[in-house]
Amino acid sequence: MLEKLDYQSAGLISGLEVHQQLLTAHKLFCRCPAGLYTETHDGEVLRHMRPTLSELGEYDGTALMEFKTKKEIIYLLNHLNVCTYEMDDTPPFLVNQEAIDVAIELCLAMGMDIIDEVHIARKQYLDGSIPTGFQRTAIVGMNGGLPFRGRNLTVTHLSIEEDSCREVSDKGHRIVWRTDRLGMPLTETVTGPDLKTPEEVRDAILLCGLVARSTGRVRTGMGASRQDVNVSVRGGSRVEIKGVPKAGYAVKLVHNEAVRQVNLLRLKDELNRRGMREAKDIRITPVDVTEVFQGVDLGFLQRAVRAGGRIFAVRLEGGLGLAQFPTQPETTFLDELSGRIRVIACLDEAPIVLSGQQMPEFAARHKVIERLRRRLHMNENDDFYIVFGPEADCRTAAEEIRLRYVDALKGVPQETRQALVGGFTTFERILPGPDRMYPDTDSPPTRITSERVEAARARMRPTPWARFHQFGAWGVPAETTSFLIRRGGIELVDAVVSLTGADGLVAAIEIGQRAKSLKRKGIPMERLGAPEWVQIFDLFTGGRIPREAIQVVASHMARNPGIDAERAVADLGFGIQPREAWSRELQGLSMEDYRIDLGDSDGKRLRFLAGRAMRQLLGKAPAKEVADYLRNRLNQEAGR
Amino acid sequence: MTATIPIQEREDRFQGYRGTAREALERYGIGVWSEVEIVNDRGSLFKGVILPRSETFDDLHIVVKLFNGYNVGVVASRIREARETGYKKAVYKIPEKAFPTDSRKKNVTLLGTGGTIASRLDYRTGAVIPAFTPGELYGAVPELADIANMDTKKLFGVFSENMGPEQYIALAKAIGEEIARGCDGIVIGHGTDTMSHTGAILSFMVQNSPVPIVLVGSQRSSDRPSSDAALNLMNAVRTAAECDIAEVMLCMFGPTSDNYDLLHRGTRCRKMHSSYRSTFRTIGATPLATVSRDRNENGQHFTYLTDDFLKRDKKRVPIINPSFEEKVTIQYYYPNFNPDIIDGLSDMGYRGMVIAGTGLGHINKPLYPAVKRAIQKGMTVVMTVQTIWGYAQMYVYDTGRDLLNLGIIPMDNMLPETAYMKLAWVLGQTDDPAKIREMLLAPVNHEITPREPHNGYLVLQGGLPEVEAFIGQHWK
Ligand SMILES: [Zn+2]
Repeated sequence: MLEKLDYQSAGLISGLEVHQQLLTAHKLFCRCPAGLYTETHDGEVLRHMRPTLSELGEYDGTALMEFKTKKEIIYLLNHLNVCTYEMDDTPPFLVNQEAIDVAIELCLAMGMDIIDEVHIARKQYLDGSIPTGFQRTAIVGMNGGLPFRGRNLTVTHLSIEEDSCREVSDKGHRIVWRTDRLGMPLTETVTGPDLKTPEEVRDAILLCGLVARSTGRVRTGMGASRQDVNVSVRGGSRVEIKGVPKAGYAVKLVHNEAVRQVNLLRLKDELNRRGMREAKDIRITPVDVTEVFQGVDLGFLQRAVRAGGRIFAVRLEGGLGLAQFPTQPETTFLDELSGRIRVIACLDEAPIVLSGQQMPEFAARHKVIERLRRRLHMNENDDFYIVFGPEADCRTAAEEIRLRYVDALKGVPQETRQALVGGFTTFERILPGPDRMYPDTDSPPTRITSERVEAARARMRPTPWARFHQFGAWGVPAETTSFLIRRGGIELVDAVVSLTGADGLVAAIEIGQRAKSLKRKGIPMERLGAPEWVQIFDLFTGGRIPREAIQVVASHMARNPGIDAERAVADLGFGIQPREAWSRELQGLSMEDYRIDLGDSDGKRLRFLAGRAMRQLLGKAPAKEVADYLRNRLNQEAGR
Repeated sequence: MTATIPIQEREDRFQGYRGTAREALERYGIGVWSEVEIVNDRGSLFKGVILPRSETFDDLHIVVKLFNGYNVGVVASRIREARETGYKKAVYKIPEKAFPTDSRKKNVTLLGTGGTIASRLDYRTGAVIPAFTPGELYGAVPELADIANMDTKKLFGVFSENMGPEQYIALAKAIGEEIARGCDGIVIGHGTDTMSHTGAILSFMVQNSPVPIVLVGSQRSSDRPSSDAALNLMNAVRTAAECDIAEVMLCMFGPTSDNYDLLHRGTRCRKMHSSYRSTFRTIGATPLATVSRDRNENGQHFTYLTDDFLKRDKKRVPIINPSFEEKVTIQYYYPNFNPDIIDGLSDMGYRGMVIAGTGLGHINKPLYPAVKRAIQKGMTVVMTVQTIWGYAQMYVYDTGRDLLNLGIIPMDNMLPETAYMKLAWVLGQTDDPAKIREMLLAPVNHEITPREPHNGYLVLQGGLPEVEAFIGQHWK
């Protein structure tokens, strides 16, 4: 259920980071094949990540957070798709020039200025998603824009980067990654914060996808394009929603994040009202209360204790009811605490954290509650939280509760949040600063000459808006044009129109709409390439088959790979007959089964007859001529 | 951010810039470390800091670190406007934090040769700023304070490939001094490329040590989150402080995973991969021990793989013998090896030559006269095997017997690089042929072993089903 929110008065602004895998043979910095996914492994490596000291000799916030988690990172290796580069035992090879060329084309499609000399940088990630601990990335273009809803959508820059690992599992202090995707070339397109409503975000994602597809040089399918959406409201902070899988999902995600930020700003006011203004005003006391719970039949607590863990209660002074403060629709501030504890303290056994206010299970256990309150020296306005698991992790969790409240004093912490089904998000990590970027000393820069840029421009396919213009002039609906761009049928239409002289509208409709519906019925229409479609349209424009036969011939060819259109026509017994021949066949056409008593119009009667006639004459007569013939006949009958 | 230094007075204003790029810097009154706004012919605006340029790059581009963290090269010919908005020079300093000392902990001395085993990063240039003093080390790897008390001495600052006789001698003497001062163990920070060469020469120059002498480095530099440096350093310091083995050792990753380090004997070790973490391997024997951060099932950090080693004994007095003859060479034999090379070396006054021969220690007949001439002129010629594993057994074939008759001395299973170091060390002490032969063939520390265990030679053949099954379970 969406709560109402006036985006304009809330000051919602949003921008995109669109990630798009490129269609190259090899990975970005090694010679492994790109796009070869495997679900098994034949090697395993264990690593840890250690933050590097920053400029001031200190650890950056995100880095420190990720170091605190002390994760054992396991990489699963398959010799088919990774080499010693991906496992960080060999330095990078020179950057894949094919990938740079594709990136240049993408930049040009978005009206960008190409960087004269591309420098590889390292962007630190300590979650283990990349074994080196950083992603190699480089800006290829900047200062572009896309026509969007009658205005310009700023495209700040496009960078080329290596894709990360796929997560297999993340349990406690052990995270497992599969490395097949690691190192595949990916572009990141960053837009300005120009989007003002959730619907605009959705449309901008679709537009960026369309532009990428229009180049014909990007990967499609599951995971080939992913977007991060940056959201903030007035007084809030930039929050990055990571991994939005589909444009449509963005609507609810952006809305919910806007609501969350507005609520967190209200929470800030509430904290201030309670006299909590600075970090020192957030006072917690963690106490080991394992004995208090002895014999209490709460399965998750007893399991934790049996596994050698402890139960901690954390008192928050003056915190009564704060955990129940609403954040996203249907979630509360307790979920914010729970997210941080899960990620940073590695406590992931449900329910992760309970608040003293909320525990319905405790209602029937007054004695336990009373003993807890005494152990914690609780005052009227205090609240407490329960966490459970390994002792060190419980202590980290207590500290995270404190830190999250300290963040709440400022309103909205900058963070990366993971998109969940249902349009909700959960904490993933603190948003890292620009300090996590530094030059990659392993890679020389790549000079991009104006000759190279012009060569890329000459290779480029028309942009989507050029296509909309061209196809629109033929009368093709925008939706069909868009489909043809996204699914790669647009070059087929080009080939058919230029080689057979077929009408553009007919070609676009047949390939973009009719063939699409056949594919939806399970016919492998993707088997037909330009040569096949040209053969079919040659027969059509040469008057050998009627338009109605196009899809029948095409699907026959799709089902029987290797046969040509002539053969398909022969198999099907198609071929336009002289008018006398087919009109003779229609002599006996009767109006049997047609319920004349319904009082239908002549038009409806004509359509009934025509349908019946075409089933009889499929592939032998043009539908339009048949309809004319039948109309004449009906007129004659009526005039009789 | 201050622009206090006038642009003309900045010494490093053009650092690395030449040609049109330098002209552009001059024209617009900007330079390295300038915070700038540059506009090009398409109206694109670059806001960031100008970085120094590598001398090996072209003279056409200016490198700007944009405020979003990325670097870009802007070609000078497209620049239309540029102005300085600020100036911020990088400060290459690492903050010190007092290294906590604990009288119950052992005292370890770290000798620096130039590798950066611990460092911090300059985020603008990607340059690595080494951490070296105890305070800097503590800032970078605070875990060290849990292991031992640290003292550090920077001997020199050279890359591994520039280590040579001068450094070996200084290092041996410094080790002697540190031992005399009563430390419990010595760690030597060293680049990995020639770490085993240094391990070999120190094994000869420093004998009878009372405490462990541990060489350590990293295969992934310490500015990377996935670096092996911190773990190697912790394990090396622990080895110096607590290990029972009082020999010259190398402490480097066992597997490529962050798991444990191996302690390799200085004379029997070799770098076997140009970039893997687990690059060092003991050849023709097994390593001495493993050392790990976590305790093993017996509650120990060390797992000894042999008991054939010199035990720690602080009462023992070391023998420091820093001798080195520089006129020594190593020649890798190949078919078509030209005798001129040997004649040339001998004419240039070379006193020693290690040959890495084929098979059991062979070279072809056309070389015999040249070898004979060299030996007659006083050159000591010794034979090792380029197969790395195995013995020079020159009595097996006629070729070998001919070579023995020429006076070539077979070095048994001494590694070629170790043989080089030993020959240089021996020739630094005597020119008596009988004495030379005697010293070469008398092992100082397992550089020649009488027996090779069957697991001294292990090269798994990938692709075989049984090996695939093994590595699938054990490749870490
Ligand atoms: Zn690879």
